[in-house]
Amino acid sequence: MEFISQHPVLVASVIKIAVLLFIVMTALAYLTWFERKVVAHIQSRWGPYYVGAHGLLQPLADGLKFLFKEDVTPPTSDRLVYVLAPFLALALALTAIAFIPFGPPDKTFIYGQKIFVVSDSNIGLLFLFAITSMGVYGVALAGWSSNSKYPLLGGLRSSAQMISYEVSLTLSVVGVLLIAGSLQFNQIIENQGGHWWHFLPEWNVFPQIVGFLCYLTAAIAETNRVPFDLPEAETELVAGFHTEYSSFKFAMFFMAEYANMVTVSCLATILFFGGWLSPFPDSWHWQLYLPGAGLMAVGIYCAYDTITRMRGIARLQLTVVTLLSLVIGALCLLPAVAPYVQGPFWFTAKVLVFLFFYVWVRGTLPRFRYDQLMSFGWKLLLPVSLANLVGTALWYAVGWMRHG
Amino acid sequence: MNLPFILFFICALLAVLGAVLLIIAREPIHAALSLILVMIALAVLYLLLGAEFIAAVQILVYAGAIMVLFVTVIMVLNAEAEERTDFSKIAKWVGLPLGFVLLFAIAHWLYRAHVGPVVASGAGIPAHALSTWDLSTELFRHYLFPFEATSFLILIAVLGAMILARRDE
Repeated sequence: MEFISQHPVLVASVIKIAVLLFIVMTALAYLTWFERKVVAHIQSRWGPYYVGAHGLLQPLADGLKFLFKEDVTPPTSDRLVYVLAPFLALALALTAIAFIPFGPPDKTFIYGQKIFVVSDSNIGLLFLFAITSMGVYGVALAGWSSNSKYPLLGGLRSSAQMISYEVSLTLSVVGVLLIAGSLQFNQIIENQGGHWWHFLPEWNVFPQIVGFLCYLTAAIAETNRVPFDLPEAETELVAGFHTEYSSFKFAMFFMAEYANMVTVSCLATILFFGGWLSPFPDSWHWQLYLPGAGLMAVGIYCAYDTITRMRGIARLQLTVVTLLSLVIGALCLLPAVAPYVQGPFWFTAKVLVFLFFYVWVRGTLPRFRYDQLMSFGWKLLLPVSLANLVGTALWYAVGWMRHG
Repeated sequence: MNLPFILFFICALLAVLGAVLLIIAREPIHAALSLILVMIALAVLYLLLGAEFIAAVQILVYAGAIMVLFVTVIMVLNAEAEERTDFSKIAKWVGLPLGFVLLFAIAHWLYRAHVGPVVASGAGIPAHALSTWDLSTELFRHYLFPFEATSFLILIAVLGAMILARRDE
């Protein structure tokens, strides 16, 4: 106990990191399931269905398969860098999530440490950009160290692409920073509280719609997703930078890509959609019970599905899911618990919308050509985000000059 | 033995290790990676001094932008491993001793400046990290002219680089 009271930051951070790592890893695994399911339904297929009810155990099966596959290292590769690259990619992608606040800072546990954010830095946004700007090393080094044609081309392409779009990504965010006047995530979020005309939340997306569209496009390109997935364009480059990777090292790249997706979705939520704030005015008291009610609704639907459609072992599995969501939903309705789940609930809901958007885009749009990609980034996206920045700055400068 | 003290020595060691590796490494990519290690270790040292903004910018600009460019250029040119020539005699007999003399001189001055106790007690760490607000007030009020002059200089350098690169057309 003495140790805890002497080093509250250290102990609290270790606990938070452990819990967050577990949650994020599970979420990443189920994100693959989510993506396969949604893309399948867009293409009129069922997607994963046989491992567990609705394919719910598919991520587990995939993970086990990756673990038991043979780990091949090409003899001509640069050993050290070849092994370093996937670790670097995954470690950087996961570190970035440490700066994300999932709930309000006034909820605390041991010795006043904030529950919902690992590191509530004064310049959280800068640190996050610093970490993500290094993410390109994982891809570039993987391409170089494999010492073969396609990975090298993929690595080069991705470095060029990530450098190009990072400029627009960073510039599109500056407008929001001018509005908030802070680099701290919680302050940026709290600045978006309140409502216009008592119903429209004062989110940055409304005054900064141009910045938001630029951010969204640049973010998709930055995470190397369709329609900007040139680094791993199957038809041209086999699998791009990770062609030579197998077994768990491949899985690490895969997880890093999904972790980056989660990070940019979280960032979009924080900067443009009010983070953990509820979209409804505070005077609507019933919203306190929304998380619990929502989870219980999911539970009731699962119960219906269990009874009508599932057979055999799938029935048992879905019963577990049903009971879990009903029990957790009921817990969230308790007056002692309800205030704590508000922030994370709204945050997760908004992030899920963005993740769905990602998958939706993947299921809908064809891939860009490489020259189209470059000219789009430099000749359209960059000028537009620059103009947005200049416009926002002018707006505030004129405002200050009038009111002093 | 407090946490900043331990962190300081770990990062200082890493920075020195990275700097030595940078010179020893024969593959250009390995040298670039060692330099990145130095940059990150330095960023953590800045953080220990309470300079959050400088630390973040150190990683963002040096490790995130400049070194990425270095690595990309090395990949594009597909630079081969360095070939080692015999050490020059002057470097061996004059350079090495002089290097040690310099190291000794620096250590001596640091010892006389009593930096060690300050670092060890953690007293060098300011109570409040300097906020971006303070930093920007200084930069855009007191140092506005040097700031603008520097940005103009960089603009000239950018234009110069473009002219040099497109001279053949």
